[in-house]
Amino acid sequence: MGDILRERERQVYRKGAEQPFQLDCEKQSVAGSVSQRACVFCGSRVVLYPIADALHIVHGPIGCASYTWDIRGALSSGPELHRLSFSTDLQEMDVVQGGEKKLYAGLCELIDAHQPKAAFVYATCIVGVIGDDVEAVCKRVSMEKGIPVLPVHSEGFKGTKKDGYRAACDALLKLAGTGPTEGITPHSINILGDFNLAGETWMIRDYYKRMGVEVVSCITGDGRVDEIRCAHGAALNVVQCSGSMTHLAKTLKEKYGTPFIRVSYFGVEDMSKSLYDVARHFKDKEMMKRTQAMVREELERIMPQLADYKRALEGKRAAIYVGGAFKAFSLVAALRHLGMTTVMVGSQTGNKDDYEQLRELCDEGTIIADDSNPLELSSFLEEKDVDVFIGGVKERPIAYKLGIGFCDHNHERKEALAGFEGMLNFAKEVYSSVLSPVWRLTPRKRGNSLEVVR
Amino acid sequence: MLLRHTTDEVLERTSLTINPAKTCQPVGAMYAALGLHNCLPHSHGSQGCCSYHRSALTKHYKEPVMAATSSFTEGASVFGGQANLLQAIQTIFTVYNPDVIAVHTTCLSETIGDDLVQIVAKAVAEGKVPAGKHVIHASTPSYQGSHVTGFSSMTKSLVTSFADPAAEKSKAVTLIPGWVEPSDMRELKSLAARLGVEIVMYPDTSDVLDTPHTGKHEFYPKGGATVEQIKASGGSQAGIGLGYTASAAALEALQTKCTVPGTLLELPIGLQATDRFIDTLRTVAGVEVPQSITDERGRLLDVISDMHQYLHGKRVAIFGDPDQLVSLVEFLNLLDMKPVYIVTGTPDNKFEGRVRTALGGNVPEAKIKAGMQADMYLLHQWIKQESVDLLIGNTYGKYIARDEDIPFIRHGFPILDRVGHSYFPSVGYAGGMRLLEKILNAFLDRQDRDAPEERFELTM
Repeated sequence: MGDILRERERQVYRKGAEQPFQLDCEKQSVAGSVSQRACVFCGSRVVLYPIADALHIVHGPIGCASYTWDIRGALSSGPELHRLSFSTDLQEMDVVQGGEKKLYAGLCELIDAHQPKAAFVYATCIVGVIGDDVEAVCKRVSMEKGIPVLPVHSEGFKGTKKDGYRAACDALLKLAGTGPTEGITPHSINILGDFNLAGETWMIRDYYKRMGVEVVSCITGDGRVDEIRCAHGAALNVVQCSGSMTHLAKTLKEKYGTPFIRVSYFGVEDMSKSLYDVARHFKDKEMMKRTQAMVREELERIMPQLADYKRALEGKRAAIYVGGAFKAFSLVAALRHLGMTTVMVGSQTGNKDDYEQLRELCDEGTIIADDSNPLELSSFLEEKDVDVFIGGVKERPIAYKLGIGFCDHNHERKEALAGFEGMLNFAKEVYSSVLSPVWRLTPRKRGNSLEVVR
Repeated sequence: MLLRHTTDEVLERTSLTINPAKTCQPVGAMYAALGLHNCLPHSHGSQGCCSYHRSALTKHYKEPVMAATSSFTEGASVFGGQANLLQAIQTIFTVYNPDVIAVHTTCLSETIGDDLVQIVAKAVAEGKVPAGKHVIHASTPSYQGSHVTGFSSMTKSLVTSFADPAAEKSKAVTLIPGWVEPSDMRELKSLAARLGVEIVMYPDTSDVLDTPHTGKHEFYPKGGATVEQIKASGGSQAGIGLGYTASAAALEALQTKCTVPGTLLELPIGLQATDRFIDTLRTVAGVEVPQSITDERGRLLDVISDMHQYLHGKRVAIFGDPDQLVSLVEFLNLLDMKPVYIVTGTPDNKFEGRVRTALGGNVPEAKIKAGMQADMYLLHQWIKQESVDLLIGNTYGKYIARDEDIPFIRHGFPILDRVGHSYFPSVGYAGGMRLLEKILNAFLDRQDRDAPEERFELTM
């Protein structure tokens, strides 16, 4: 045990090795591997669920709704309808006879009770197999109740999480373009791909406000149906988390001619660059001045503290394993800003371009891996003598078991990690985990000696 | 108000579950399989299922949870998942080298009609299962039962796959512990040892999901019942199953397959249920109860008597899994409290009768509901109509507790926001003491918080 699955040899790359760079990706996982990946439904659910005034109803047996009930702490400044878990809870008879009637009745009951602005209906694995015409049910309810009822084609087996993002974007595209656009100013944007974890969208929105940019809609952090309906009125789409939202941005460009730019709100450099890119796009000197002043002000506020963290973290080694590769770019840069080296980086769903870019970013000797698994990850962490592992819920206990610090950069982040303030939070979290006194007691640092710690 | 969308009025619902008090079968099967030594659970379905179940267990235990998946694709959903499972079996034995692969199905593989018996036989025929290794399976479609049903089915599969009717007769007692925490399993073993009763217990997740820090990530932790132990259980002199919903199937299978006489008890949570458990073990094995256990019982009784005036008439709402609820209700009743709302999402025809029995004629006004539409939305509506003094249930109860400002005790699965359940048992007299302490602290902390200055008391 401990060897990489033979079929996976080409999904792991070590920078600086003699081999030419070639990393297989966007492949199905080998059946029988302990993959960290999720499914299509998961992708759709996490993207759409922050829309707080919509009904999110999971059409299928109970599990899919249970596991995604308030899954990622996406915050709302108003309605909290998204925090409830609605399921058609399909039973054996429904599988035999079809679940359409149940879905229809459930939708009607819920819309009457809660008066949502729209409803999303997530099709799960067996809905695809038993042949429910979800589209038809949605159309009928939409006609009868007078709100958009949108099917999300998220059958779990139909690909990876990325395909789920696409299905979510397709549903959003049925909303965008249906609202009025009068009164929207020329300096206006949609924030795409921020999900308001720990209130991050609020911070980002505030930066834009201070720059003098109008935010038409946030898709989907603290999202509202009526705002999304007007999204086509914005002058620019600003896309973070490109893995989930590029499809939406591209389609909006095709349909409405709205240009888009890719940004990242993680790390000081990327955060500043994002704001400058937006200001530059609008070619407004005053806006640029305001942006520069704001960035200066924010930096002055956090830099002294960041410098303290950097002194403590200089030379420490980090490993990164995240869902989408795009986030990894910013993390490598942010860690470098703290004087740290990334010695291993991987993602569940990166593509060729992503990995090529990661290779360019990383130092010699860095391991790059696609669709990794716990065995592999453990061995990388040990081999590279890593000080902090940055990942999600399933990775955390692996790091801790090995005696390695951890930072959740996924659903379960405790503090906002985006923006300038977020960089400080990130540094603090990494610092508090890497330098925790607990590791002094663990075998990794102490060997297996039983010497009493004083 | 996070649950401001909950209406006071209970509207008739025909086809929906809102805020479920259950989840689906496979996660239970995965948990049961983790209680087998050197076993890799395997989810025969889409990748997401396995990912969700691992995440759910990881969040509950704060431990790595290993399981593999057949990684269904569109092709598999059309042509069947046989090729995926055959490849998975080969991959797993080659790379992860477990003693056992415990396959459970999902709604998808069940709906397309994959026949696990036939597929596993084919894997054996094709030499994909090395000598001395095993592939066992349980049928766990998500559209039937709940996570408890899945646990029950996989536990039964341990018996039907391994328990050996020809095993040498022994004095050992086979204990089917039901869906309890690793801490509980540890406590059950400890109680048996103190009684001097030799037991074989499975599943056993102690030392699997509560492992000490060693600086290593053990892919297969040291705990779990071994295949040899389960084989030998076929020769045990008696079987005891704890929890009707989770353990009856396995106990019956052991009786049918190996003629091991079985006794089914409610989970030993609370004083009376623990009494019955200790007494059954004592009788079956013909041993004396040691003074240390009698003393432990006495201490629990002593605390109840010391503090009973804080408990009288307190109204409790409780949700979770049937076996846990029945025993908790009995304990609450003994404590002179009033379990008024009792909800489980797990369908179970006998549930209401079991709860009424546990109440022993008290609290006739108790509202009890199991199965469809027995969810936390309904429970919340009941609470809105007439409130309670205490809420007991898994982490999802915190929304109701916060909105209605009700003291809240976490118990059940999943607990995503506190530690302790892995380490401190709720079974046995010690577990009863812990539950009682939690209940008292909830009331007394609330009293301290809410007391006006002139009523604030030092001694309670």
